[in-house]
Amino acid sequence: MTDKDKVPSGRDEVPLARDKVPLARDKVPLARDKVPQGRLQTPFYPKLKRVDTLDKWHEWKGYTAADALYCEDMEYFAIRNATAVFDLTPMTKYRITGPDACDYLDRLVTRDMHKVAPGRVAYAVWCDDQGQVIDDGTIFHLRDGEYRLCSQERHLAWLEASAIGFDVTIRHETEEVAALAVQGPTSFSVLDKLGLDGLGDLKPFGLTHFDFEGAELMISRTGFTGDLGYELWIEPAKAEALWDALFEAGKLHGIRAIGTNALEMARIEAGFMAAYHEFLPADETVRTGRSRSPLELGLDWLVDFKKPNFNGRRALAEERRRGSAWRLVKLDIEGNKPAHNAYIFAKPKNNKSEIGFITSAHWSPVCKQNIALGTVRMPHGKPGDTVWVEIYYQREMHWNRMMAAAKVVDKPFWFPKRRSATPPGPY
Amino acid sequence: MTERFDAIVIGAGHNGLVCATLLAKARKRVLVLEANEQVGGAAVTRDFAEGFSVSTCAHLLYQLQPAVSKELGIEPRLAANDLATIALDTSGQHVRLAGDDVSGVGGADRTSYREFRKRMTRFADLLNGHLNAAPPRLGTSDRKDIFKLAKLGFDIRRLGREEMQEFLRLIGMNIYDELDERFESDLLKGALALDAVLGTHLGPRSPNTLMTYLYRLAGNHGRLSVPEGGMGDLTGMLAQAARTAGATVRVAKPVRRIVVNNGRVTGVETEDGESFESLTVISNADPKRTVLELVGARHVETGFAQRINRLRASGNAAKLHLALEGLPAIKGLEDADYGQRLVIAPDEHYVERAFNPAKYGEYSPEPVAEITFPSVHDPSLAPDGKHVLSATLQYTPYSLRSGWDGGARTAFLERVMKTLALYMPDLEGQIVARELLTPVDIEREFHITGGHWHHVELSLDQFMFVRPVSGAAQYAMPLDGLYLCGAGTHPGGGVSGAPGRNAARTILSREKSR
Repeated sequence: MTDKDKVPSGRDEVPLARDKVPLARDKVPLARDKVPQGRLQTPFYPKLKRVDTLDKWHEWKGYTAADALYCEDMEYFAIRNATAVFDLTPMTKYRITGPDACDYLDRLVTRDMHKVAPGRVAYAVWCDDQGQVIDDGTIFHLRDGEYRLCSQERHLAWLEASAIGFDVTIRHETEEVAALAVQGPTSFSVLDKLGLDGLGDLKPFGLTHFDFEGAELMISRTGFTGDLGYELWIEPAKAEALWDALFEAGKLHGIRAIGTNALEMARIEAGFMAAYHEFLPADETVRTGRSRSPLELGLDWLVDFKKPNFNGRRALAEERRRGSAWRLVKLDIEGNKPAHNAYIFAKPKNNKSEIGFITSAHWSPVCKQNIALGTVRMPHGKPGDTVWVEIYYQREMHWNRMMAAAKVVDKPFWFPKRRSATPPGPY
Repeated sequence: MTERFDAIVIGAGHNGLVCATLLAKARKRVLVLEANEQVGGAAVTRDFAEGFSVSTCAHLLYQLQPAVSKELGIEPRLAANDLATIALDTSGQHVRLAGDDVSGVGGADRTSYREFRKRMTRFADLLNGHLNAAPPRLGTSDRKDIFKLAKLGFDIRRLGREEMQEFLRLIGMNIYDELDERFESDLLKGALALDAVLGTHLGPRSPNTLMTYLYRLAGNHGRLSVPEGGMGDLTGMLAQAARTAGATVRVAKPVRRIVVNNGRVTGVETEDGESFESLTVISNADPKRTVLELVGARHVETGFAQRINRLRASGNAAKLHLALEGLPAIKGLEDADYGQRLVIAPDEHYVERAFNPAKYGEYSPEPVAEITFPSVHDPSLAPDGKHVLSATLQYTPYSLRSGWDGGARTAFLERVMKTLALYMPDLEGQIVARELLTPVDIEREFHITGGHWHHVELSLDQFMFVRPVSGAAQYAMPLDGLYLCGAGTHPGGGVSGAPGRNAARTILSREKSR
C-alpha cells in the first residue's frame, strides 16, 4: 500500500469539487434529467449498499441486484444454517381483481384455482395455446377475489389478451410493493421476535396480514430455497424501517443479507426450475421444439385435466395421449466436478448421440452431493435410471474430460422436515 | 325435455341455409335458428315504404356458385341477366362495360380491356377452383392437405411461365397501379377500381385490391343478375330446399349462447330460454360474434381469442333505398339502360380520395356509388309506374368518429343527394321515401359485427389458409363440435353459398374419417 492510499479520501467530510460547482444544467432542468436512466434501485438498495463489500451487481428486470454482497459461501450458509434476507422486489407482480378474477386465473393457469382459498398461495404454471410453458409463478389469494400474480418475467400483454371476455382488472404493481425473502432455519424465530402474533400457525403456502407501523405487512410462507422461510410484502415507504426491525430482531439469530448467487445454489438443491435455465418462456422461442410443456417439466401434478378448459389444455391432452418429447431430471452425479453445460448420454461409451443436457448444476455443500438439473429425451431418465454426464474441467490450463455416472432421483436434494413443520420450531 | 339434433345451424343466412340443406340431404337431423322474422340474413327483400320493397343488403347476384345451385337443385328466378355496367359521366359521355367489351373509350382501351378481361377471368377461374373447397392446412403432414397445397402450386404453374409470373406479381398488388398502366379512360379506371373495393375497407391503392377484384369475378366472371322478387326470393328458395331436405327452420329464434360443457359444444340456448342439444353447432354468424359473444372467450384458447378479437371487421359500405315517383333523368342515358348497373366513380383518384376520410373515421363527402333500379326489371317491387333506387354507398365507416346517431346521418344523406344530383338533377323531386342503412344499422338489423359485407375484411392476411384466423381456417373451430359457415370463413362474403357448402362438406367428411 502506498502512502497515497493511506490518505483519507475525506470524501465524507469535505464535498468534492465537482459536487459544489454548479453545472449549467442545474439551472435549466433538461428533460433527460427527469428520465431515470440505467438500472432502477429497489427501496432496499440503501440497506444492501451498506453491507455490500464486493460491488458485484447485475441487471434484474430493470433493477440493479447484487450477485453477492460480501461472500457467496457465507451467504449460502446463512440460508441453510441461520436466516438469509433476499430482496425480491424486482420480481414481477400483478394485482388481479374483479368479479371474474378467479375464473380468469383458472383459465390462465393449468391448476384448479377454485381450490385456492383466500389466504392461500398457489404455485402455478401457464401455457400458450400450444401447451408450452410461458412462465411459472406464485398466485397469492390476498383476500376474497383479490389476487397477486408473481413471476420471473413480465407478462402484461399475455395477461391482457387472456382477459378478453372476463370482468377483471390487471395492474402491474412491481414498483408499488417492496418484498423480502426471509429464509432459513431461524427465520421463524426472527419474525416471531417482531411480535407477529399467530405467525406460528401459518402453514406452508399460507399468507396472512399484519400491521407494521401503520402499514399493511403481508407475510406468506413461501420461498425459493426449499427451506423454512417466509416472504414479506410491504409498501415501499416502509421498506427501510422493516429492514431495520428485521435485522434488529435477527441479531442473535445469524441474520444476513444475501445476493442472487447464494439463492441460485439453494434453488437447485430444492429442485426448483427457473426460466432461462430449465425452460425458455414459450413466447421467447423462435425454433420449434425449444420450448417445454408442463408435462415435460415434471409438473403433471399441476395440470388439472379435470378442468374443462385452461389455456393449452387441448395441446396438453394431445401430448398426454402421444407422449412427451422431454423430461426434466434431477441428477446425483458421482465425483465433485460440477457438471455445468454438460451433455447427458445413455451409456458411458460408444454413444451415437446424446440424450440431453444439464441445465443447472453445482456442488451442494449442505447435501455433500454433486447435483444437477437436466433435460433428457423421453423415454430416458426414469427415476432410478443411471445416465452418464460428460464433464469437462480444467486443471492447470489443461482440459480433462470424464464420463460421470449420474443417478436420476425423484425427490428434491434438500427437503428438511422444518420446511413444512407447523408451528416451526425455534432455532 | 330439450330437443336433440345432429346439427344446429345458427342463422338462416344464405350460407347457413346451404349448409343446413346439404347436411339434411346427408340424412342429418338439422335445426336452423334465425334471429330475424325473415330467413336470408342480409340477403332478403324487405318493404321500406308503403308499396315499395327492395333487396336490403346485397342487390345484385353475381357470385352464386354453380355447384351450390346444382347440389341444392335450385334454379334462381332472374328478372334480368348479364347486366352491363355503365360508368356515369356528368356530361353524358358514359362508358359502358359489358362482358369482355367496353364502349365509350378509345380503341387502345378497348383492346387493352379485352386483354385485361381475358387474363383476369383466367386467374379468377384458377382462384375459383380453390374457393370451392376447404383450404389446406399449412405445416401438417396430412396427405390431403399436402395434395391440396400441391394442386394450388400446380394450378399456378400450369398458367405457363409468363402468366404464372404475372399472377404472382398481381395477386398481392393494388389495382390502381395495374389500371393506371393499362388504361387511358378515367371512367373505365374508376369503374374497375370500384369493383375492386366495393364492400371492403380498402381503396384502389390498398394492397391486394387486385385479389378482391378477382374474387368478384370468381364463379361467374362477374356476370350480374337481378333476382326476381329481390334477393329474398333466392334465400326463400334456399329455405324451401332446406325444409324439403328435412331440416327444421325456425325464425324469430335468436340464439343467446352456445352451450359449452366440459370443453365441448353441446347445444344452444335461445333468448327466450329454450335449449336445443347437439354435438355439432354450426354458426353462420360472424367469427367475432360466434366466439366472443355466443361461446365466450373463456371457453377457447387465449391466443385464438386474441386473434379473433383483432380481426379487421369494420364495414365501410352503406345501402340507400329510394322510393321514387318515376325514374330520374340522366343525361345521355337511353331508357333501356336504366336497368343496367350504374356506377359513380369518375376516376380512380376519385375513388381513392373518397376512401381517405374513412381511414380517419369520417364519411366520404363525395361517395362512390353503385346504383340499380331493380323495379325496371321487376315491377313487383314498386307500385305501378313507380320505381325503386337501390344504391351501395362506398366509404361510410362503421366507426364514424361522431357516431351515426344524431346529425351525421342527415348530413351524410345531404352529401349523397348532392352527389347523386350531379348525375340525376331531378332526383330529389321524385323521392317518396328513403331508407339509409349504415354499417351500424346493418350490424343491428342483421347481427353482423361491424356490419361488414364479408364479415371480416377480405385481405390477404385474412384469406384462404388464414381466414378468418390461423388455426380455424377449415370451418372447424378449436372447440370440439363448433363450426363456422358464414362469410367470415373461406372464401368470403357475397351471395356465393361457397362457405356454407364447404363447411357442410368438411363436417360430413370429418364424420366419415372418424
